[in-house]
Order: sequence, then structure tokens, then C-alpha cells
Amino acid sequence: MSVTIQIPTALRVFTDRRADVLVEGTTAGEAISAFADLYPDIRTHLYEDSGALRSFINVYLGDANIKNLSGLDTKLKDGDTLMLVPAIAGGAESSE
Amino acid sequence: MIFLDDAVNRAIRNEAEASYPNECCGILLGTVDPDGARSVTEIIEIDNTSDADEQYHRFTIGPDDFMRAEIEARRRGVDVLGFYHSHPDHPAMPSDYDLKHAMPCYSYVIVAVESGKSAALTSWEMTPDRARFIQELQR
Ligand SMILES: [Zn+2]
Repeated sequence: MSVTIQIPTALRVFTDRRADVLVEGTTAGEAISAFADLYPDIRTHLYEDSGALRSFINVYLGDANIKNLSGLDTKLKDGDTLMLVPAIAGGAESSE
Repeated sequence: MIFLDDAVNRAIRNEAEASYPNECCGILLGTVDPDGARSVTEIIEIDNTSDADEQYHRFTIGPDDFMRAEIEARRRGVDVLGFYHSHPDHPAMPSDYDLKHAMPCYSYVIVAVESGKSAALTSWEMTPDRARFIQELQR
């Protein structure tokens, strides 16, 4: 399966400024892993040492978060589009 | 270097004042010059999805809202350049909490709101080693 990974602005420093990267994979996990193989410097921003995706990185298949599908086992069709989406937070002062 | 359209500057201030004493938040859209300078031409206001009793000092832009903004940005032919939020009755300086949760390569615009009136508006980018924010020159 050829699928497109859409890259948010912040992560394009790792992809030679590319906004879209074509990879092969039959599941979301395979496609993201193939993407990380293409651009090894990005791996540490996507994965924990345990191999799990980082908690603030979300993966969307179309407009559905794969958390609400089958996670990294979500099956892909040829031509599908995955988007990497960070969660954003902040505030005025620390709670400590 | 970051440039905010006058209309963008006004819209952020209006939203910050309307949200007071809570924090407002949203997404900055625009273009990047070949020399790296950012021009913010439009914003997308985002409902603060932090818990209601935390919104006086917290903001959250959930992944669904971010995903929709990315799609909208691509449709309009612009980029997501960063985020803005307000600091009600706090200075327009990034907090430790801001640093802990920041993503590299984005602009973080902060507007201080003093007793309901918008004050200083600053913009910041985190260093790649996550050690600190550097203030961006505004023009
Ligand atoms: Zn803040």
C-alpha cells in the first residue's frame, strides 16, 4: 500500500521541508515506522524508548484519530492519508 | 522575525479581553519567507479545552482542533506557524509550564491581560534542546 504522511510545520525540519511524504505500509504502525526509517532524526520525537508513540503525538487517518480506530494496527488502503498531529498546551504559571 | 497583521493583532487582543479572567488560545496561520521570517495573516480561534476551573492559567488545543486547522491551512495555501494564548494578570513571558509543553519550530505569541485590558504582546520560539524560549523580533 502506498500511503501519504502529512507532516505538520514543526516536524518539516526533519523532512527536508516536505509537507507530504509517500511511504509503504499495510497498517498505520507500519507506515509511521517506514516514515521514521526514511528520516531517522525524527524517530526520537515520535517514539518513546519503549517503542510506543509519544503521548502528545496523535495520528489521524482522514479525520479520525487512530486511537478511536485500531491504534497502530489500523488497516490502511492504497492512497490513504495519515496526518501526524501534536497536542498543544501551556499556561501562565506552574502548578508547583 | 515575526510580523502580525494589524487585524491579527487586534483579533488576538479582543479575544484575550473577552476571555478574561480565563486564558484564550488559538492557531496562527500565514507564510514563511525564504529568509525564515514569519508573516501571520490569519488566526483560528480555538475553544480552550482545559478543565473549566483551570482555564484561568491553562490552555489546551486538542488534537481534533489542531487536525482541522492543518486541513484548513492546506486548503487556504498557508502554514500553521504557531499558537497564541493569553496570560490573565501575568506578564507576557513564557512560564515553565509553557516551556515543558512547547513544540520546537513554532511561534508562541503571548498577550498579557491586566484587569481585563490587553497589554504587552510578545512572541517566542523554543530552542531545539528544549532549554528555553528566545523572544522573536516583531515588526
Ligand atoms: Zn503561557
